[in-house]
Amino acid sequence: MSCWETIADYGLRSIGYGERLLPREGFTLCQQFTLIGSGLLWNIYFGVLALASGFMLATAVAMGKASRNPVVRKISDWFIFIFRGSPLFIQFFFAYFLFLSLKQVSPFFDMFTSAWLGALIVLFLNTAAYSGEIFYGALQSIPKGDIEAADAYGLTGWSRFKRITWPTMLRLAWPAYTNEAIFLFHSTTLVFFSGFPAWQQRGDALYYANYFADKTFNPFVPYPILAGYFILLTLVIIGLFGIMNRRLNRHLPENRRSKIKPRMNLIR
Amino acid sequence: MDCTDPSILSGFNWMLCYLTTGKHMALYVSVGTVLLLLSITAPVALAFGFGGASAARSRFLPLSWLGKGYIAIVRGVPDIAFFLFFVIALDQAFEWLRHQVKCPDWDEPIRQGNDFVVCAAAKLPLGTSPQWMHETYGFFLAVLTFSIVFGAFAANVLYGAMKAVPRAQIETAEAYGMSRRQTFWRILVPQMWVYALPGLSNLWMVLIKATPLLFLLGIEDIVYWARELGGAKTARFTDYPHGDWRMWYFLALLIFYLSFTKVSEVVLDRIMARLTKGQATAAGEAQRKAAV
Repeated sequence: MSCWETIADYGLRSIGYGERLLPREGFTLCQQFTLIGSGLLWNIYFGVLALASGFMLATAVAMGKASRNPVVRKISDWFIFIFRGSPLFIQFFFAYFLFLSLKQVSPFFDMFTSAWLGALIVLFLNTAAYSGEIFYGALQSIPKGDIEAADAYGLTGWSRFKRITWPTMLRLAWPAYTNEAIFLFHSTTLVFFSGFPAWQQRGDALYYANYFADKTFNPFVPYPILAGYFILLTLVIIGLFGIMNRRLNRHLPENRRSKIKPRMNLIR
Repeated sequence: MDCTDPSILSGFNWMLCYLTTGKHMALYVSVGTVLLLLSITAPVALAFGFGGASAARSRFLPLSWLGKGYIAIVRGVPDIAFFLFFVIALDQAFEWLRHQVKCPDWDEPIRQGNDFVVCAAAKLPLGTSPQWMHETYGFFLAVLTFSIVFGAFAANVLYGAMKAVPRAQIETAEAYGMSRRQTFWRILVPQMWVYALPGLSNLWMVLIKATPLLFLLGIEDIVYWARELGGAKTARFTDYPHGDWRMWYFLALLIFYLSFTKVSEVVLDRIMARLTKGQATAAGEAQRKAAV
């Protein structure tokens, strides 16, 4: 079987198109590349959606933590503490079994027990907490002069937030937020190892890499392939976030712009 | 208390008996396993990190490349992939080495299709050894894996900390006629910790949160027992029938980790205050002013 056929058969296997049965013997390099790459679609799906939705909540949480209202502040504090202080792995497990129990109560929660929604919610809350902390830190280090200048121009409330506070916060937080994004994509690999079932063997990149390592008892092929894919993904993230970073910094003189220094990969 | 016939117990007493069954004891022991893992991994990883950072600073180029390569290689790839990879890779590496030593006249290839075949004498642990040997070996592999991965992180932190020590301090040491080795051990190493501590405490938190991954390495850890004990049990299989309680078990784990993190935070803050004392940093200066 040629490699093109393999790609046609397995390229979209992780989302349920193409050949139903996974290869069982005589594994070729092409099969491993194709299937692991196909699994990467899930990592991208989880990463992109969690990041996009988490971004909104993170802004709210950061504002809440910086708020003068003690109730709002406490709630934000606890939210951040709970999701940053416990392992994501345990959060996944807990959420999965929580949804299972809720399913007994109402069939509405049926879809929450599958990875595409249940795990996404956990990732969304988790990244919101981590980014919320980053944004809060940035919020605290907005130059006093910027706010004073806004006051002098008569900007208050929503327009001050929209024009001054928020863009400056983003600009200051962006390098750290880039790392958080990289982090998040890496932690999407935990999903199918933590209770959420890979329905019909539709799993993510690590799921397939692990499948091949188990079947061939040779970790030296699938894991480096996975590593290669993730390094590529990381470079893409750095590239995209770099474009945004340039945009956020475009009003500053060259030497005052904040650079993104990729610091990757600590488990959460 | 008498737990011999749980069916007549109720409420609090039932719970008390339930929580002290043999399997629950195994769960509590596995909490000990996690703590043991942390207490071995932390110093070993720190040693790996120290080695890596010193190597990266070396003036001997290949050694420097080795150190920098070690730091760089663990980045950019999901760590859990490393965990899954290293456990098999290390196991196979050890068996391969023993195979080379113990069975030099073995002529079949080691990789036969999808199998990894070494002679019986090279198996780790030996096929005849008791169960606890297998478990200890598995745990040992896990510790080594954790140490390698976290050693790279620690090396990164220490390397940065070594560079952060003010240049003037090193120059002063050189002016006093200290050799490179003396400068390293007497000036650089004692002073770098205050710069390394924020990074290291972060790493410690991350290490705590990485411990549930032991489950993926095939160790019977708290995650394993929480799943095992929490699952629904009917009266046919146990004296303590109950529904699906896994959610509550994982809630307990969540709380365990949260409190562990909180305690660590408090302790690390104290250590930081201690280390800052008398240092030429902003925090040290603030401390001095507060004391006056």
